[in-house]
Amino acid sequence: MTAANSRDLVVAAILLLLAACLPWIGSTYAIAIGVTIAMYTVLATSWALFSGPTHYISLATAAFFGLGTYTTAIGIEYLPYWTLPPIAGVLGAVLAVLVGLATLRLSGVYFVIFTLGLAELVRQIITWIQNFSGQRGLYVLTDITEPHIYWQLVGLAALVYFGGWLIGRSRLGFALLIIGNDEEVARHSGIHTARAKLLLFMVPGAVAAITGAMLAPRYIYIEPSLAFTPMLSFQVVIMALLGGTGRLWGPLVGVIPFTFLWEAISVSFPNQTTLLLGVCFLIIVYLLPKGFVGLLMKIRQLGSGAEVRA
Amino acid sequence: MDILITGLLLGGTYALIAMGLNLQYGMSRIMNLANGEMLVIGGFAAFWLWTSGLVSPFLTIFLVAPVAFVLNWLIYIVILRPLVRRARSRGQLEVDSILTTFGLSFVAVGIMIATFGGDYFSYSYLARPVVILGENYALNRLSAFIGAALIAGALYLWLNHSRPGLAIRAIAVSPDSSRLVGIDVPRLAAISFALGGAVTAVGGGLISMFLTLDASTGVLFTLKALIIVIMGGVGDIRGTIVAALLLGILETFVATVIDPGLTLAAAYLLFVSILLLRPQGLFGRSPS
Repeated sequence: MTAANSRDLVVAAILLLLAACLPWIGSTYAIAIGVTIAMYTVLATSWALFSGPTHYISLATAAFFGLGTYTTAIGIEYLPYWTLPPIAGVLGAVLAVLVGLATLRLSGVYFVIFTLGLAELVRQIITWIQNFSGQRGLYVLTDITEPHIYWQLVGLAALVYFGGWLIGRSRLGFALLIIGNDEEVARHSGIHTARAKLLLFMVPGAVAAITGAMLAPRYIYIEPSLAFTPMLSFQVVIMALLGGTGRLWGPLVGVIPFTFLWEAISVSFPNQTTLLLGVCFLIIVYLLPKGFVGLLMKIRQLGSGAEVRA
Repeated sequence: MDILITGLLLGGTYALIAMGLNLQYGMSRIMNLANGEMLVIGGFAAFWLWTSGLVSPFLTIFLVAPVAFVLNWLIYIVILRPLVRRARSRGQLEVDSILTTFGLSFVAVGIMIATFGGDYFSYSYLARPVVILGENYALNRLSAFIGAALIAGALYLWLNHSRPGLAIRAIAVSPDSSRLVGIDVPRLAAISFALGGAVTAVGGGLISMFLTLDASTGVLFTLKALIIVIMGGVGDIRGTIVAALLLGILETFVATVIDPGLTLAAAYLLFVSILLLRPQGLFGRSPS
């Protein structure tokens, strides 16, 4: 481990500890925003871990998230709360493997289409099952408060960052980098591309399910259309791409401004959130193909170039 | 029997919509995820002209087609061509066009909600029963099917038996080699994208005769059209028609026998089995 590497780890740890202090100093509103930001940070960062290097755009976040929420909603009656997020994680990873087995051997378009409808598919099945039991939704009544959810999410974020850092240094991370640049080359140099993609796809699957499980107590009342809202998948994609997937901290740079923008728009123009999403997509493709991170890198490059010339 | 005929009638309209998408994805290589919004726009035009001026949807589609053609042509030239130019590989173009057309789709939904509101719209046109083989069917479903079949048939003949049709099929197979035999690939790609949009919008006009639409249903139709196109084989019009009829029958079967809420789940099941068993499409040759 080099000195720069260990310095990054220390800096990240300090920042996370600072973030964890928010509930003691912030107002109720600040904590609520904090939970939202922490949630999107976890989702977008784990999304970028897979979709960044492989360029496979996953729209399955809502499906995994909903799976997690339902794990808590159903499991809370039988099991203590602390067992549920890990169970959700395992279920999310299993679902990711199933989806991956069907689609990851094929080109990226099939994967996008499949994940696009996955949340709707799971939602239809759950609604159908609920029609038998006659109940529309489920109540999650716990004594878990917003600060508890916030701390759990910050802890999960720490895990995701550490995991991402480990993957970046591992053989798997290196293999994925090659797959992203040229899958043909990767295959010829002996990388089992389908297995590498499958392994990594389990990460966002598990993390999104855990996040869903942790947030279920916040919603209190869970029903399919709330748990599997397809908008979530798109928001996560936009935040991650807006920030930039080239660096581990990239998605965070997208999450913070986007969350505030989204809050502002949905308060004053609640019907225009779809339009906002669309415009963001276009901005990303035409103006910020590498996100804010790419923009920063470019500015820094220009700056250093100017210094050399001067 | 009842299920079979209703399914075929639904599948016929699906076939037209999926042909539109196939022209865009198979021929001009743009995965257009805003395809469903074009359908909703076509449906909305039919709704609006019928409720305000009692213009028959069959007349409206002659207005919708050229308008949608020009609109899609502009979208291709202004928005998508720069992406085609800057793309270094087919993979990058795919990622870029997916993100862009998602953007366009959301913008279209946003504009439609802002101008017309998010309400469902439906109208009653030819809502009379008609008897086929001793069973009752709605006349609007039957006439929409006949309209779709006529247009799809004309398109099929045009693609298979005319020079421009041949050229369009050539760029579907290999854009690089088409250039060598003197085909103007950029121009034809724009035309087939525009044509695809027009066909989908017409399909929307027809489907609005018997289905209820709203500003945000577009994505559901995009999904179905995508499933059909992949099932039938990308760039393969004959496969698209067969796959669309299959999907129509399957959906009707699931909706009548099991639960109407499970139609998409059924379509997905079909999609997965195709992906696992025949990823090259029903009639596609194996890539090896």
